[in-house]
Amino acid sequence: MAEGAGTYVRVKGYILRECIVACRDSMIEWFTMVTWSPYLAGAGIGVLIWTAFLLSDHPLGCSTGFSSTAGMVEAGLSGGKAREMPYYQKFIPGINWSWMLIIGVVMGAFLSSYLSGTFAVVAVPSFFAAAVGPDAGFRLTVALIGGILVGLGARWAGGCTSGHGISGTLQLALSSWVAAACFFVGGILVAGLLFGFRFP
Amino acid sequence: MSIDTLRKNNKAQLLLGLLTGIAFGFLLQKSGVTNYNVIIGQLLLTDFTVIKVMLSAVLVGMIGIYVMKSAGVVRLHCRMGSVGATVIGGLIFGAGFALLGYCPGTAAGAVGTGALDALSGVVGIAIGAGIFARLYPVLASTILNRGAFPAETVPELLGIRPVVVVAGVAVMILFLFWGMQVFGL
Repeated sequence: MAEGAGTYVRVKGYILRECIVACRDSMIEWFTMVTWSPYLAGAGIGVLIWTAFLLSDHPLGCSTGFSSTAGMVEAGLSGGKAREMPYYQKFIPGINWSWMLIIGVVMGAFLSSYLSGTFAVVAVPSFFAAAVGPDAGFRLTVALIGGILVGLGARWAGGCTSGHGISGTLQLALSSWVAAACFFVGGILVAGLLFGFRFP
Repeated sequence: MSIDTLRKNNKAQLLLGLLTGIAFGFLLQKSGVTNYNVIIGQLLLTDFTVIKVMLSAVLVGMIGIYVMKSAGVVRLHCRMGSVGATVIGGLIFGAGFALLGYCPGTAAGAVGTGALDALSGVVGIAIGAGIFARLYPVLASTILNRGAFPAETVPELLGIRPVVVVAGVAVMILFLFWGMQVFGL
């Protein structure tokens, strides 16, 4: 009788251990996969927007954090005077939810690429190298100019691909649907002019 | 602790912002959109990953947000737009999007994957945001308010109940997904 109970406990312990190992292995496999289905990852972003609205009363937007960075740098250089600029009265620069979001995005993407073994320090992406050339200085300059236009345009339009393109459109905001359309119309036209229209 | 005290707790919000960012960055990288080639592929209409990620997020997010809104636990954050702000700003953004090959969120993510051009890009984005802050007083009094949109949301514009628009957009997105599968995009 006692022996039977011991066997029962041992078998139960064995099954539990096997389950934990299998679960852990599939979790590891999942986290180390190079890519997930875009539909699944997108759905995950949708769920993340639920929690951002519920817990933080915040849409998921990335350009606000960059505005904060610019404001803090300007305020640092001007000895605080920049904080009086009308725009920084409206969007007060500081280490806030939106700023921490950007730091998190860098960390999360690092974690994901590190776990899947795809982290690599690269200056010129393969498509650009093949289409334009492998010169790193040129690519970094183009990226800087593109970045300036992205930052200017995002604040001008009141949001970017995440703030307008995802968080805004899903709230059915009219300005966000128009903004998202303009992002892609502008992007498709300029990319076509730069690299040649390839569709279909 | 009620939701309201959590929302007003500054330190908790900084942590939540960071955690949300980590999850967002992880999902962006796993979906492939922190990769320059994938984003340029979308703008050249040869790779539809970006649209699949965005529309999946919109589909899931929209249903959840409207359910929670009708339960009274979340509020919407819509802003009025105009031709002068939304259209012009959107087109400037689009031009930059094609040159940079990342948007603000995916550029930050790409920095995490080791992309040096994205690092140059995020410096540019901060400079661009700073330039806008400088230009803001002039732009606000000249073009930002030109051609104000007639409504804040699509349901208001169409004069139909939000639930009907939510259902319509959901069907439209599912139809697009089906179409992309059929055409092998």
